[in-house]
Amino acid sequence: MSVSFLISQAKGVQKVIDENSAEIEVLDQKIGDGDHIFNIQRGLKLVVELEDSIKDLPLAKALNMIAMKVLSGIGGSSGALFGTFFMTLAKSPDLDKDVDFNKACEMIISGIKAMKERGKADVGEKTMMDVLIPVSDKLNELKNESEFKSGLNEVIKIAEERMLSTKDMLATKGRASFLGERAKGHIDPGARSSQLIIDTICKSVINN
Amino acid sequence: MKKFINNNDDFLKESLTGFGKAHSGIINVNLDPSFVSRKNKTKDGKVSLISGGGSGHEPMHGGFVGHGMLDAACPGFVFSAPTPDQMQAAAEHVDSGAGVLFIVKNYSGDIMNFQMGAEMYSGKNDSIVTNDDVAVEDSTFTTGRRGVAATVLVEKIVGSLAENSGSLEECKKLGEKVNKNAGTMGVAFTSCTVPAAGKPTFDIGDDEMEFGVGIHGEPGRKREKIQPSKTIVGNILEAILDNLKPEKNQKNLLFVNGMGGTPLTELYLVYEDACQILQSKGVQVTKSLVGNYCTSLEMQGASITLLKCDDEILKHWDSPVHTAAMRWGM
Repeated sequence: MSVSFLISQAKGVQKVIDENSAEIEVLDQKIGDGDHIFNIQRGLKLVVELEDSIKDLPLAKALNMIAMKVLSGIGGSSGALFGTFFMTLAKSPDLDKDVDFNKACEMIISGIKAMKERGKADVGEKTMMDVLIPVSDKLNELKNESEFKSGLNEVIKIAEERMLSTKDMLATKGRASFLGERAKGHIDPGARSSQLIIDTICKSVINN
Repeated sequence: MKKFINNNDDFLKESLTGFGKAHSGIINVNLDPSFVSRKNKTKDGKVSLISGGGSGHEPMHGGFVGHGMLDAACPGFVFSAPTPDQMQAAAEHVDSGAGVLFIVKNYSGDIMNFQMGAEMYSGKNDSIVTNDDVAVEDSTFTTGRRGVAATVLVEKIVGSLAENSGSLEECKKLGEKVNKNAGTMGVAFTSCTVPAAGKPTFDIGDDEMEFGVGIHGEPGRKREKIQPSKTIVGNILEAILDNLKPEKNQKNLLFVNGMGGTPLTELYLVYEDACQILQSKGVQVTKSLVGNYCTSLEMQGASITLLKCDDEILKHWDSPVHTAAMRWGM
């Protein structure tokens, strides 16, 4: 993981989210209030725009600037959760040394754990955590493997399965929880956007 | 979409700037990070009250900043919780040494962002969470009931106590009491349109209403055919009374709140229907509030809030207030 890696991933994710924005917007209008996609798009735009100010910075400083930008520029649940994720990444030890696959996995696992604590949500509550927690568990299994590319294919599969599994869940956390039975039958928009982010990053790592 | 708008990116900034100019005798608007604060500095030793939430509910919360109510309000983007740096900056700006009480509506995004703001703020602070919406079932396993129109009443009543030298602990206690004694339910006839989306949040037929709607146009209890006002009001009050169970000699405040697109003519009709129904059930109404206070952009609809009052609540309701949206006694 390097600053240039972060910038190129942000650009890749922005492209995929923009391509799927209409679908996510509709999902959120079914069970939420429709702000999720705009928050995610605004956040990605702000991070991509940081390129010139962070490209020559050390990783810890760049992550900290991304965290502050996400935290202050997005709002809503997404801003707090993804802001928490990047703040945790920025606080990882030894960021001045090389960040290999193992180290990157550990950072992401800690980041997702912090999101879970911030949102007080667990698996099965029809939120983005339904995708992120199983992905974190899988990364924990994979982190010490030298041949991790095939493992990342499994991460892609897990993210997709878990995203689809939110369709028949009853929401107990987040905006959709106010709907009771009426939230059933719709994929959670946060689960869908998180799955797209994971899918994009994993594919990019596999192909490079 | 038909709205007064120049471009979406500047929508909130332009509106806030106008709000600041229109009420320059009462408030100041700070941009980047955005917060509304009192024109006159909070007096030393007075607890500071800060609320906030997504924009689109005007006059809530910026319209309630001023003497006898809030010290600051943090507006987020339309229907999105504000960010922690806003709360931190607002707290640093208004705290006069007696501490800060954050008043937060029970929505996941608001809770998380206010928590982070409170963690980032080094001064003494505490929070209360409003959750008056009886349309949603409460359960220990869920996010719980939504915080809606009764937040206005909490801000007025606690604002008065803070103005009259209440401590942080006393303000929190009174806020929790008001919240616990209030119940709200709303109904929508039309959707609202978030500027960034450019189209209505939900589809609803010409002859339909969303019963138990939330303040962001999020679905409520059920979709029904529209009915005469008396029937709608009766159903809303039944849900509220079921929940609050007021005693016979209990004094109550009746609050009819417009959601933005319903004229006052209709809101007063709703108030009349509610008064008659409550009278027939032996529920005493001693205080009233009617108007657009906690809106959902241009949504047509209304919510009804009933607040069970004791002498402490009544005293702080009647006390002077001077804000952009609420003014009496001074």
